[in-house]
Amino acid sequence: MKFAVLVFPGSNCDVDMYHAIKDELGEEVEYVWHSETSLDGFDGVLVPGGFSYGDYLRCGAMANQSNIMTALKEFAAAGKPVLGVCNGFQILTEAGLLPGALLRNKNLKFMCRTVTLNVENNNTLFTNQYAAGEQIEIPIAHGEGNYYCDEETLASLQANNQIVFTYDNNPNGSLQNIAGIINEQGNVLGMMPHPERAANEIVGGADGLKLFTSIVKQWREQHVNN
Amino acid sequence: MSTTNFEPTAEQIKEQRLYADMGMTDAEYELAVEKLGRMPNWTEIGLFSVMWSEHCSYKKSKPVLRKFPTKGPQVLQGPGEGAGIVDIGDEQAVVFKMESHNHPSAIEPYQGAATGVGGIIRDVFSMGARPIAMLNSLRFGELKSARGKYLFEEVVAGIAGYGNCIGIPTVGGEIQFDPCYEGNPLVNAMCVGLIDHKDIQKGVAAGVGNTVMYVGAKTGRDGIHGATFSSEELSEEADEKRSAVQVGDPFMEKLLLEACLEVVKSDALVGIQDMGAAGLTSSSAEMASKAGTGVEMNLDLVPQRETGMSAYEMMLSESQERMLIVVKTGREDEIKAIFEKYDLDAVAVGRVTDDKMLRLLHKGEVVAEVPADALAEDAPVYNMPEAEPAYFAQYQAMENAEPAVTDYKETLSALLQAPTVASKEWVYDQYDYQVRTNTVVAPGSDAAVIRVRGTNKGLAMTTDCNSRYIYLDPTTGGKIAVAEAARNIVATGAKPLAITDCLNFGNPEKPEIFWQIQKSADGISEACLALDAPVIGGNVSMYNERSGEAVYPTPTIGMVGLVEDLAHVTTQDAKNAGDIVYVIGETKTEFGGSELQKLVEGRIFGQAPTIDLAVEAKRQDELLAAIRAGLVASAHDVSEGGVAVALAEKTFDANGLGMNVTLTGSATTALFAETQSRFIVTVSPANKDAFEKIVTDANEIGVVTDDATLTINGETGVLVEGSVEEFRSAWKGAIPCLLKSEA
Repeated sequence: MKFAVLVFPGSNCDVDMYHAIKDELGEEVEYVWHSETSLDGFDGVLVPGGFSYGDYLRCGAMANQSNIMTALKEFAAAGKPVLGVCNGFQILTEAGLLPGALLRNKNLKFMCRTVTLNVENNNTLFTNQYAAGEQIEIPIAHGEGNYYCDEETLASLQANNQIVFTYDNNPNGSLQNIAGIINEQGNVLGMMPHPERAANEIVGGADGLKLFTSIVKQWREQHVNN
Repeated sequence: MSTTNFEPTAEQIKEQRLYADMGMTDAEYELAVEKLGRMPNWTEIGLFSVMWSEHCSYKKSKPVLRKFPTKGPQVLQGPGEGAGIVDIGDEQAVVFKMESHNHPSAIEPYQGAATGVGGIIRDVFSMGARPIAMLNSLRFGELKSARGKYLFEEVVAGIAGYGNCIGIPTVGGEIQFDPCYEGNPLVNAMCVGLIDHKDIQKGVAAGVGNTVMYVGAKTGRDGIHGATFSSEELSEEADEKRSAVQVGDPFMEKLLLEACLEVVKSDALVGIQDMGAAGLTSSSAEMASKAGTGVEMNLDLVPQRETGMSAYEMMLSESQERMLIVVKTGREDEIKAIFEKYDLDAVAVGRVTDDKMLRLLHKGEVVAEVPADALAEDAPVYNMPEAEPAYFAQYQAMENAEPAVTDYKETLSALLQAPTVASKEWVYDQYDYQVRTNTVVAPGSDAAVIRVRGTNKGLAMTTDCNSRYIYLDPTTGGKIAVAEAARNIVATGAKPLAITDCLNFGNPEKPEIFWQIQKSADGISEACLALDAPVIGGNVSMYNERSGEAVYPTPTIGMVGLVEDLAHVTTQDAKNAGDIVYVIGETKTEFGGSELQKLVEGRIFGQAPTIDLAVEAKRQDELLAAIRAGLVASAHDVSEGGVAVALAEKTFDANGLGMNVTLTGSATTALFAETQSRFIVTVSPANKDAFEKIVTDANEIGVVTDDATLTINGETGVLVEGSVEEFRSAWKGAIPCLLKSEA
């Protein structure tokens, strides 16, 4: 399986994402610069964290104007896996690939710590290796991770089982403790916590690794069946 | 030669002594005239004044800096370049430096701290290195006044804002609080980078005819005379100098960082230097002076953010996120293409000449023509008079005595809530300390550890300085600062490699202050030799005074050590119930400058704790050997608050473990004395004999328990007993509580 890691000016978790795939997962991975126009040849796309365009204007707003975003929207529409983490999640909401928005943390400060997440939905291509209701330890590092959407959207997220991860102890004020959501089609996941930072015991635990092995497992099954 | 219409003439500068406003003395003006062979014009006097400021020239500190040992087989680059470099094997090296941004942070704390971070990062990547970690060392008042809290909160936010955005983890540091820093906080930032030997760059304008290029952000009118402002005391009018504080843009620096690290791979690059203090002036003059060449620049070509800027303003601007590079003639387009990828300016603004002059053209005229050496290498050097302050002899004559303590448990709890001792989680929770996923030991233990990807090695790093000891006895205190840094490195399982220092002092024109500088440098040097950790670079920040009151002498030490095998990494937290607890080293009645003395007496006095560097080195060697042999479960140095605080700290992140120990001797001394060269370690009973064979000064004091209780017994019975949670919540809640309380 071959992954693309999108790189915008100001992305800074691109390296982490790249090494999680290459070193810990042992799959193919390449960086794709924001000015590119094609994602042909890739089986999955990772939109990394960081401060694309310095978070100026609004987190993710300027990245959403990049060339590569047209290709990303087509890629998502084709049902292929797209994972956005932290700033990547913010970009996906700006792009309309996921509903809602990320507001400033309730305490108005950046926070970096490891939190406990509940796996609310393990029946997705990103979470099939987790047990239902499993609790996992994943780092967060964000200033604007406070998920918000209107009531109607929330009702539909709940009805469709689109809330994939919740915080066990809400750090940032996010609605319904939401830490990660998936789109209706089930192929685009956005989350504030960083699974790529929890892919090796020596640096922050390994609870995030199963998210990546889930993606690969699903892809292999599909490609064997085809 | 002419000057812009509104600028004073050379005659006016002399007659009206306009140079004095720029911090130059009459003698320095005369020296500039002599070097130039004529009277300098407005632009030229601006060049002289910033380059001869203490901040750029080290004119008053050079004789002190010469004391430092700077050599060793591990040192690849000592002081003099953007940052020092130390070999770590496998054709790799570690690059690091620490710098102050005290004055800017005193009047505009967010931007002052942010640009301090930005500046030190540029120093590291201008060497060709990838920045891999940041640390800091901060000093504030006691968080009692509204302004004190504001400075603390905004400095932390500024460090976080810049470091998080640029994507370099802030992994460690230290913060101390004392009334002496109320009006003049200290903000020292350290950056650590990693480099392959073959990529090491220098800031030289070599090769006559080569092209000088300006890269990065555009030049504006911010930060003009920042270096001059940093070279005088803060006065009540200091807030008017806010325009001398630069404004940072971490996004721009992230682009500049990535572009520069691509450029250093190109053999078209000849030299590269950060435009830091004194901006375009220092980078051009120093690069020419180091290479023995000259530089000619056409200022019309400098990318400008504002219209109508004069040559003076452009040369003295300290706009951030800029670099000056020298490129082989004919290959400018290759370099431009790299910067264009990042939407950055890369403009040929001049060339390298053979006449050793810094020559500036603006609007078709030569506006300045000054020998580059006169600005850089040949700046004046002063041997300042020194005098032992009266307090020193008084303090030395005092007998060591125990402060009066009645309730030991209450006292321990109070010490844990002293902001210097209390948990700094409120601070480091705001720093992204994990980005780049190499952080093996995060903030909160003795030293941070970053793995070197692709190897099984790690780099341990720390910043340390107990300025109270240094105030009481600068020679001894200087030794302790280095020894404590080394203790933190060793306790983590690493061998010290080298140090960077940031010498924060008061006004060096006061003989008593200069005495502090000299004596602490003597102490630092002696400890560096004893512990094999040479000085590879640093920074001097003087004039740290507000309304005539100096801060305590604070020569902060930043140390990096090598972890040979990540399996050696040891943290401070107790690991297993049943493990034996040892104190390494004996305890004496030493309270001068201690947290307990400050708590009980409300001030510090007397003799600083003593230190024997031979004993220190022996204990460090033995402990490291035991750690490398896999015999040590946890290790922690004993510092502020003594053994009681160190024991408590070992239980705070130990998953429900506790400790039960018995100390001998007078209770107050046993619990709270700050005797040096001590560690507390825990060792599995299976390793007892092997450990005791290697570590000769280890005294068994008790055992790790599984009951989440800290029990400290003395000769007369139980001295302290309480749940770990009780102590932990006091320790953890102290700083948030202080910040919330009414001023």
